[in-house]
Amino acid sequence: MSTVKLTVNGKAVSVDVEDRTLLVHLLRENLNLTGTHVGCDTSQCGACIVHIDGRAVKSCTVLAGQAAGSNVTTIEGIAKGDELHPMQAAFRDNHGLQCGYCTPGMIMSAIDIVNRFGGQLDEATVRHELEGNICRCTGYHNIVKAVLDAAGRMKVAQAAE
Amino acid sequence: MYETIYHRASSVDEAAALFAKGEEPKYLAGGHTLIPVMKQRLASPSDVIDLGKIKELIGVEATADALTIKAATPHSDVAQSSAAQKAIPAIAFLASLIGDPAVRHRGTIGGSLANNDPAADYPAAVLALGATIKTNKRTIAADDFFQGLFATALEDGEIITAVSFPIPAKAGYAKFPHPASRFALTGVFVAKTKSGDVRVAATGASQSGVMRVGPIETALKANWSASALDNVQIPSAGLLSDIHGSADYRANLIKVMAQRAVTAAG
Ligand SMILES: Cc1cc2nc3c(=O)[nH]c(=O)nc-3n(C[C@H](O)[C@H](O)[C@H](O)COP(=O)(O)OP(=O)(O)OC[C@H]3O[C@@H](n4cnc5c(N)ncnc54)[C@H](O)[C@@H]3O)c2cc1C
Ligand code: FES
Ligand code: FES
Repeated sequence: MSTVKLTVNGKAVSVDVEDRTLLVHLLRENLNLTGTHVGCDTSQCGACIVHIDGRAVKSCTVLAGQAAGSNVTTIEGIAKGDELHPMQAAFRDNHGLQCGYCTPGMIMSAIDIVNRFGGQLDEATVRHELEGNICRCTGYHNIVKAVLDAAGRMKVAQAAE
Repeated sequence: MYETIYHRASSVDEAAALFAKGEEPKYLAGGHTLIPVMKQRLASPSDVIDLGKIKELIGVEATADALTIKAATPHSDVAQSSAAQKAIPAIAFLASLIGDPAVRHRGTIGGSLANNDPAADYPAAVLALGATIKTNKRTIAADDFFQGLFATALEDGEIITAVSFPIPAKAGYAKFPHPASRFALTGVFVAKTKSGDVRVAATGASQSGVMRVGPIETALKANWSASALDNVQIPSAGLLSDIHGSADYRANLIKVMAQRAVTAAG
């Protein structure tokens, strides 16, 4: 057992876990942040994606200890109170989800993509950049539309700040 | 996953000392090979020693002669490094093709080389460019480093600290990715050194891991152009054959990927 200290969605937390604990399990089981999902055991599906120090990573492939001292953001940490994050709003408006299982990972990936590419996103880039996120429902089409829509909204939101 | 003890090392020397004390220890860098294997219970290290936060192991630097990538530098940093893009753009491009963005945010060059997966990307660049692998004990030439599937010249407990690539006159990489895993079904790295020598390495193709491709080297040495390879025959003996592609298919892919890599190299 070790005590892992990290910041999750802006709050400092300290958790006692076995050293073999994966970050995704610390989030789901110790912190009850069950928005982050586990969709595979091969590190391929992306349902578990969160941000560590601003970068999209698969939390099923990070030991809790590796994340100690880091700033972790999960799907629960992106809305401002009742106001959805522009990426969440765009997924809703564009029907970018059906069962919703992949959605938290998709959204965390997509925010990272927009952060990295800013306004220079096109459909081909979004499709390529979403290679690490698997969706079994939507056929991706509306997800790609949502990301492109949100990229515009996020630029506007940033300009307004 | 079986139980293990996690250690975070703050220097290479501390990591080596922790390794010496462990029962069946393993180093952990990006964890994007080791953790999936531990989850499947195919590895059960008593201790994992995290190299990922060791400052002296992170960074990309270029001089007039060489591009040096420190061992724990994630693939995404290499892909975006202006030093790499300027010195050897083919390396930055190769890094940008590894896995997916989340994998690239964690996986490292040192982990990739130590693991020596027969379908990994970096080994092709290291072998084709005749890079030097630096460890906490010595330097190892690429020609001596790779020793077959998942086997390298590294001794127990030896830590890769950096990889130094001589800057070539021309270099290019092309990969035909496996559509699910993104690993190379076949990837080919072509390089022309400043002295005019040509070295070509293929990954994902051979039963014994990354390999030089003699017939392509000979043809490109005579004429550095994609069309010079039109009539080159690659023997399929010793190539991988599985549900994804037969040995003959991979033999042809080696040629086609080499042609694309030459075109990319210019
Ligand atoms: C979904 C997915 C897709 C992927 N796609 C690709 C792909 O397309 N192409 C590709 O090439 N790879 C691919 N990978 C592999 C990825 O690049 C790995 O991250 C990489 O191969 C290993 O690097 P790591 O830093 O994660 O190593 P780790 O998993 O931390 O370690 C791997 C091994 O290397 C040892 N090690 C690590 N660092 C050192 C060091 N400095 N010195 C000595 N030993 C060390 C460890 O002890 C361990 O045995 C993929 C991985 C995943 C999960
Ligand atoms: S649960 Fe992490 S990639 Fe599938
Ligand atoms: S909406 Fe069901 S898996 Fe993507």
